[in-house]
Amino acid sequence: MLDYTPKEITERKALNVNPAKTCQPIGAMYAALGINKCLPHSHGSQGCCSYHRMHLTRHFRDPIVASTSSFTEGACVFGGKSNLVKGIQNVFNIYNPDIIAVNTTCLSETIGDDVGEFIRDSKVPEGKRVIYANTPSYAGSHVTGFSNMCKSMVTQIAESTMGEGNNGKVNIMPGFVEPSDMKEIKRIAEEIGMDYTMYPDTSDVVNTPNTGKYDMYPEGGTSVEAIRESGDAMATVALGKYTSEEAAFKLEHKCKVAPYVLKVPLGIKATDAMIFKFIELTGKSVPKALEKERGQLVDLMVDVHHHYHGKKVAIFGDPDIVTAMTEFVIDLGMIPKYVLTGTPGKVFAKDIYHMLENAGIEGSSVKSEGDLFELHQWIKNEPVDLIIGNTYGKYIARAENIPLVRVGFPILDRVGHSYFPVVGYMGAMRLIEKISTAFLDKYDQECADEDFELVM
Amino acid sequence: MSESVKTMDKILESYSAKVMKNRKKHMLVVDHQEEKQKIDANTRTIPGIITNRGCCYAGCKGVVIGPVVDMVHITHGPIGCGYYSWGTRRNKGKAREGGKNFLAYSFNTDMQESDIVFGGDKKLAKAIQEAYDIFKPKAISVSATCPVGLIGDDIHMVAKQASQKLGIPVLSFSCEGYKGVSQSAGHHIANNKLMTDVVGTNDDYEPKEFSINILGEYNIGGDEWEITRVLNKIGYHVITTMTGNAAIDEMAAAHKADLNLIQCHRSINYIGDMIEKKYGIPWLKVNFIGVKAFTQSLRDMAKYFDNPQLTKRTEEVIKQELGEIKEDIAKYKAMCDGKTAMLFVGGSRAHHYQGMLKEIGMDTILAGYEFAHRDDYEGRDIIPDIKLDADSRNIEEIEVDQDEQKYRLRLSKEKYEALKKEIPLSNYEGMISEMADGMIAIDDINHYETEIFVKVLKPDFFGSGIKDKYIIQKMGVYSKQMHSYDYAGPYAGFKGAVNFARDVAAGVNTSAWQYIIAPWKKEPSLAGKIGVE
Repeated sequence: MLDYTPKEITERKALNVNPAKTCQPIGAMYAALGINKCLPHSHGSQGCCSYHRMHLTRHFRDPIVASTSSFTEGACVFGGKSNLVKGIQNVFNIYNPDIIAVNTTCLSETIGDDVGEFIRDSKVPEGKRVIYANTPSYAGSHVTGFSNMCKSMVTQIAESTMGEGNNGKVNIMPGFVEPSDMKEIKRIAEEIGMDYTMYPDTSDVVNTPNTGKYDMYPEGGTSVEAIRESGDAMATVALGKYTSEEAAFKLEHKCKVAPYVLKVPLGIKATDAMIFKFIELTGKSVPKALEKERGQLVDLMVDVHHHYHGKKVAIFGDPDIVTAMTEFVIDLGMIPKYVLTGTPGKVFAKDIYHMLENAGIEGSSVKSEGDLFELHQWIKNEPVDLIIGNTYGKYIARAENIPLVRVGFPILDRVGHSYFPVVGYMGAMRLIEKISTAFLDKYDQECADEDFELVM
Repeated sequence: MSESVKTMDKILESYSAKVMKNRKKHMLVVDHQEEKQKIDANTRTIPGIITNRGCCYAGCKGVVIGPVVDMVHITHGPIGCGYYSWGTRRNKGKAREGGKNFLAYSFNTDMQESDIVFGGDKKLAKAIQEAYDIFKPKAISVSATCPVGLIGDDIHMVAKQASQKLGIPVLSFSCEGYKGVSQSAGHHIANNKLMTDVVGTNDDYEPKEFSINILGEYNIGGDEWEITRVLNKIGYHVITTMTGNAAIDEMAAAHKADLNLIQCHRSINYIGDMIEKKYGIPWLKVNFIGVKAFTQSLRDMAKYFDNPQLTKRTEEVIKQELGEIKEDIAKYKAMCDGKTAMLFVGGSRAHHYQGMLKEIGMDTILAGYEFAHRDDYEGRDIIPDIKLDADSRNIEEIEVDQDEQKYRLRLSKEKYEALKKEIPLSNYEGMISEMADGMIAIDDINHYETEIFVKVLKPDFFGSGIKDKYIIQKMGVYSKQMHSYDYAGPYAGFKGAVNFARDVAAGVNTSAWQYIIAPWKKEPSLAGKIGVE
């Protein structure tokens, strides 16, 4: 497996091998699915749209539907206006969504299509909406695309209608996480008794039940009206700098809603911080149920600390998830030896180094805009005990006989992740179970018979 | 009026006039009494219709070039295209002895904003050099994505210079996603380059008796390995498969064979025709899917070679293989008998699986392609009728001439003509010819049409792709992925037939289907009884 990856690292300036990121529009498509009765639309040639639908479908094992402008060569020369105008008309006629959320691709961005103008010239039925985000694939990553669509929800939908007052609600921008994670964050807010609006929210959109009746627009997703009213909220809690910060700042700029940017609540510290912010904002107290969960998590951390203490781990994936995961791994007594994201941006490395320094951990490699080929080379030079990342980590895991715990996007080869959270105290417990099991399974498979233990 | 016709009319009526006019030509109810039925195909996609189609890059890099194991395939573009085509089509491959296999890797120039502004040629040249320095492959491919054509990067020049410098073939493909109207354009572009730059360049290869090539077979889930297992047993020698598990030196020796087998007509017929013209190797349309079709194809091959030993061996192997699978097929047939199927697959499988389904007792009631052309539906004799439209005119058509040194007539003209009457020699009759009256043929079916057809015609099985699968299953109908085989396979050949039958039987009969309706929605409520008695 990956036999041609040499141990010796040579500098690469042009060639990316085995990327640790993908392109913007898929993130925008995912974000758009978090709006109720929304059909994402890809303004480009149709290959992008199919790839993005495919990839999300493989991850969620649920229908992911989106339309496309289906550019031809002629449209590249004359611009994609007619394709988009016709596309919007056909979508409303045939599929009748409440809202279309247009993303762009490297094609329409390179030719300079003015999507906003095209939409203004389109026939949008009464009471329906079309929003758009510019999502050039040659800048940033899928995470950037997610952030850009979230920003567009703010700039094109949110409004402040109450003047100075606020409606007492807190906006939660959950970041690029699983529907199960969004549901868990909502549950925590509800346990506290906080009035909130979460957007985007893909729970009950990309993890729907099988009822024998297909519903193109499932019940989940944040309503356009709720997003509109988010301009009247008392505050925005934005989870994840890369995915949610800019949208929250936009909302502050547009509607004066105070933004609070926190980590994605993965791990004990980040969950504490989110809950603390919730009670600070609402003046409510933390309910017994959540305190109990937290205590159970601490209990588990104490009970099995020896499973992971001092173990070296490589973590890769999307910056917000990896940052929170690194913090949790440190709290578990593990050593984040390699921390890598494919997404560009300086904040990532700064935050990770800061955490490592605080924990007194030296000698770790941290990189943004990295790829999995380089991560593998690092591992060849000094191995780790565990890899935490998405499905693409399985090639390295197999090549080097290192267990892989699947966290992040995409997970293409295992099921259940869209139903069980990794965030919150419950999610942290699930992660501990996964990490411990990974170590113990490997031990069980590889130890000598006389070392084979019944109780571990 | 049949349910099919009524449903078709209902769908068309709900469209706007323009969309109706377009879609009407892309669907028909098969009626062999009529004079030859015509279906529109390979035309541009209607914007916003929710098509299943992909793009030219997918057809070129993803389908045809990507499976070649010992080449480094570089995607020149932003990261998405290379990323999505990394490991997602299940074209399996193994390194040859002493050779390499790069299928687990994805190579990209990962274009950034500055590359769009200032051009990406230099980065591409550097990427090729870096790939060569690290991986030392036998050859490199470069596939263009949407922005490359727009900004005017000259990938062919970069490839040519790199090839001269490195001393290995560097094949460049202008397969920008917007070219043509679907994956199909990409097949054509890939075929052209393979023909001009690869096939015929390896003259050191020593062909054996009964040497053949398999064209348009991509070894999804190991299909090619199961096919060659049987072919080798009979006594054939496969020089190369294009391009499942292919190695570049083997493809380069394709001109040494005596017969080309074509499985996927759509994606490889260009090469099949060009090889025949240039080197004199006829091609035979085969079908490795289903026991009957595979058996028939083996017999057609025997007829072509007309060698008593080979013919005898063919029958022996067929007999032996059938003996091994008979019971299993019968078992699964009992589980599937009388059920109905719909098939919507790329450009070839919607035809090839109909016979296999029939063998397990299932009738196909609707079949269609994403991107096939009229000849795949109606047969090759209508090719002179096909008019290139504005969207496909820019796909390069290349002409090859007879190679004076290497051309060799494999069959006398008389024998060739006589055989043509018996076996599909350099000919394909198309899907419709094998469909029964009353079945629906549909081109570029969209989300809306899929939903209505499934709702009204209520098939037991819908063979389609990943984007459709879960939509259809939410309707309570089993949907099997006919591109990825739901991560199983092989489905080709004799053992593949058993695998397919088993997987369909399992899918159609899995006990989960009976739980879709909760018991309290089926039975009268018992609530309120407690305490009343």
